[in-house]
Amino acid sequence: MNAPLRRVAISVLALFTLLILNVNYIQVVRSSALRDDPSNTRVLYEEYDRERGSIVIGGNPIALSEKTNDQLTYLRRYPHGPVYAPVTGAYSLVYGNSGLEKVENDVLSGSDPRLVVRRLGDLFTGRDPAGGNVSLTLDPAVQEAAMNALQGVTGAVVALNPKTGAILGLASTPTYDPGQLSSHDPAAIRAYRQSLVPTGGNADPLSNQALGERYSPGSVFKLVVAAAALESGNYTPTTTVPAPNTLRLGGSELHNYNGESCNGGADQALIDALTISCNTAFAQLGITLGESKVRTMAEAFGIDGSSGFDMPLHVVPSTIGDIADDAALGQSAIGQKDVQLTAMQAAMISAAIANKGTLMKPYLVDSVQAPDLTVIDQTDPKEMSRPVSANVAGELTQMMTSVVANGTGRKARIDGVQVAGKTGTAEVGTTGDGAPPHTWFTGFAPANDPQIAVAVFIKNGGKSGTEGTGTGGDISAPVAKQVIQAYLNAHGGG
Amino acid sequence: MTSPTSSGPTTDPRTPPAGTTSPKRRGTELALLGFAVLITLAAQCIVDLTVTGSLRPELATFGIWFTALWVVAHVVVRRFAPYADPLLLPCVAMLVGLGLVMIHRLDIAGAQIGGGQTSQDAPVQLLWATIGLVLFVAVLLVVRDHRLLSRFAYTLALVGLVLLAIPALLPASISEVYGAKLWIRVAGFSIQPGEFAKICLIIFFAAYLVDKRDVLALASRRVLRLELPRGRDLGPVLLAWFASILVLVFERDLGSSLLLFGIFVVMLYVATERASWLVIGLILFAGGAFVAYKIFGHVRVRVDTWLDPFAYKNTGGYQIVQSLFGLGTGGLFGAGLGGGRPDQVPVAKSDFIASAIGEELGLFGLVAVIVIYLILVERGLRTSLVVRDGFGKLLAAGLAFAVAWQVFVVLGGVTGLLPLTGLTTPFLAYGGSSLVANFGLVALLVRISDAARRPATPAATPQPKLVDAPTEVVKP
Repeated sequence: MNAPLRRVAISVLALFTLLILNVNYIQVVRSSALRDDPSNTRVLYEEYDRERGSIVIGGNPIALSEKTNDQLTYLRRYPHGPVYAPVTGAYSLVYGNSGLEKVENDVLSGSDPRLVVRRLGDLFTGRDPAGGNVSLTLDPAVQEAAMNALQGVTGAVVALNPKTGAILGLASTPTYDPGQLSSHDPAAIRAYRQSLVPTGGNADPLSNQALGERYSPGSVFKLVVAAAALESGNYTPTTTVPAPNTLRLGGSELHNYNGESCNGGADQALIDALTISCNTAFAQLGITLGESKVRTMAEAFGIDGSSGFDMPLHVVPSTIGDIADDAALGQSAIGQKDVQLTAMQAAMISAAIANKGTLMKPYLVDSVQAPDLTVIDQTDPKEMSRPVSANVAGELTQMMTSVVANGTGRKARIDGVQVAGKTGTAEVGTTGDGAPPHTWFTGFAPANDPQIAVAVFIKNGGKSGTEGTGTGGDISAPVAKQVIQAYLNAHGGG
Repeated sequence: MTSPTSSGPTTDPRTPPAGTTSPKRRGTELALLGFAVLITLAAQCIVDLTVTGSLRPELATFGIWFTALWVVAHVVVRRFAPYADPLLLPCVAMLVGLGLVMIHRLDIAGAQIGGGQTSQDAPVQLLWATIGLVLFVAVLLVVRDHRLLSRFAYTLALVGLVLLAIPALLPASISEVYGAKLWIRVAGFSIQPGEFAKICLIIFFAAYLVDKRDVLALASRRVLRLELPRGRDLGPVLLAWFASILVLVFERDLGSSLLLFGIFVVMLYVATERASWLVIGLILFAGGAFVAYKIFGHVRVRVDTWLDPFAYKNTGGYQIVQSLFGLGTGGLFGAGLGGGRPDQVPVAKSDFIASAIGEELGLFGLVAVIVIYLILVERGLRTSLVVRDGFGKLLAAGLAFAVAWQVFVVLGGVTGLLPLTGLTTPFLAYGGSSLVANFGLVALLVRISDAARRPATPAATPQPKLVDAPTEVVKP
């Protein structure tokens, strides 16, 4: 019986070899595919098992993880929920991560290479590996003022430190409570998300109006045209330009706001044309300068229609679109036609002018901290471009100060502080009788020593028609005023 | 081969001449047992330190108890089976120890998820291991010569069949767990009588085949180089096949059916040396399996989920997909004891304990476990090669192959190589009947290996009475 016994022994060896080969195939060849399979909850549990880092402002967390007795160990909490939702995003079991929770996930989860040295240390000390913290540049006073001012409307506020590019405020409404999207109860998460789904053309709270959406800027774009004119060397703020009552653009006639006259049809100084936001003057100025100069200046401010940038949240590109002819150029010069800006871009225009013509790259993350709060990476301000010379920047500042002091931006005036700004009221659709116009304001303060640059956008915030109380100056300028005041009060300025 | 010769030690080249002392290797066994116990205790400490950060006071009790088990086992073997194979017991100790570690680890995971509600299965398993050891000792004490077992062959066959049939006859409320009617559940205890039936039937097969192998080996004609048996000799294999089908139909368990039939066919092959029996067995099995696939929904579900588990990942394939996730996440080195999420796999303590090991100890750990099984099985088969009587040969081969076949079917199922079955992983998995029965199985192997390695003195060899099983000349 020994011959078959030997064969049985060899067969058993073969069977076990088959087992071992199969286990090798699963645990080596298919290992990463199985580990990363979306249905594999292990990676998720591992993630929730680890203390995720906090998102902090000046040491105070706006997103933090707290230990629970749940199956998922750590629960994400957002102490000021909706106020910082446009920045933090949410950490959702069901819908994944968004906002900073997504783009800074490597740091927060602890897998960022900058944290690795410490994690090796954790191995030896036996501590649970914890995530790093992300410290933001936001100013709580600015953020709260902006979110308060935007209550009830769809809109955005972006506030920058013009000298560094540090983002002081990043508001977007309607907002939501990220805590409810980050709970451990999938049914509750789904129900809450369902309650957020917009009805009747309203904006989705999960879309970011400041970074992810772009709109016609209206007269705010006149700043770019004015900059192109001044930078060309042929103009000063007092150079007079034609300001007719109507301007023929191709097949249609361009009027001024409410059909008003700028200077009785006579030529007008550039500074005055900007102060009252004369459409015909700037349309004609754009045509006179030519597409090339306008486009070059727009690109220098960052409006290049390419890929946008990350700060580290992604900012979609702003664009002036294709300009077919002079008629289109005239429309574009007053921020209509295919010109589309993000609120971030509008703030960057003011910030560049405020910073003597140098545009600093906006950034939101001040520093990355190890779990023990030691700083392991500090963001250095970076220059993005120099759209205008210091001299031209000074002239633009003078003109923008006039807008607030004497012109359409009067509602942004603050006692004792010189505010520079520009309003915008963008027609939506082809006729003025359609949806209410978007209202804009962009500016900075104090004009002589700029500390904060602000852009305010309110979607369909204006009123069509003839009342004259629904412009960027009426709707958006007061918001900018509140935000600037909040900043100056908090920092003892003004 | 089949020509009977008088039993004489000098004619067997494997047997040392009478009078010389062959090494007993009990010291080796003790050292290896110590090693297995040490690994088990270290692993227990690692689990506690990783998961809770501190050592439980119960760990001392566990350590003493667990060590005592193997000390007792060793002393009994030293006294009552001094020539036994020194590797069998350490392999078992390592597997049982590792199983206890994983079950304890899953206890903790369960307690964490249940929010403090603890299910303490590891102490229960330790108790079962103790009962298993009692059976081990009892078998060694009672069965002083394995050949005596052949006297009870037909009684054991009856007992085996009754044990096998009980769950099928009981109402489903008592006998059904996860769709398979394999259990007797009384007063909180779950017993899988099939595990004991398996051993009884192997003993019967061995006795029966030794008796009838000359007849069964008779060939009638050759077809395609195969010597086919006579038609009337097909009776036993058809009977075994039919019994397996009954198990499949009435207990709805592919695993037990496959296990019993596989063991019988292989023992038939070993007894008769006719490969044709393997072919016939394979054809019968394939036919039965095909018909079962066509007729029974539960078989079809098992096979379909085996072919594409991810298509059924939220239904029938959930277990196997979770198991694959665990194995894949474990990778080469594993998450470390206490570092993974083996609790994600349903019934990880019993059916899927191998995937828990693969997740936390990685490929290296799982392959090590497979190799320990391989050593256990090959030592069993080696015992079968060396032992001098036909009954002992067949019995050892049957027992060893039973372990091998069961491990292959279970691990193959857990790793997606074969359809899932309801079989348990011998020694590792949580479950009293399986553990106790397998202790009995190993006791028999130890007993036979003692006889195999014992220096033969003609006077000490009792003449087998009932079974006229002569020792044979081993062909070179």
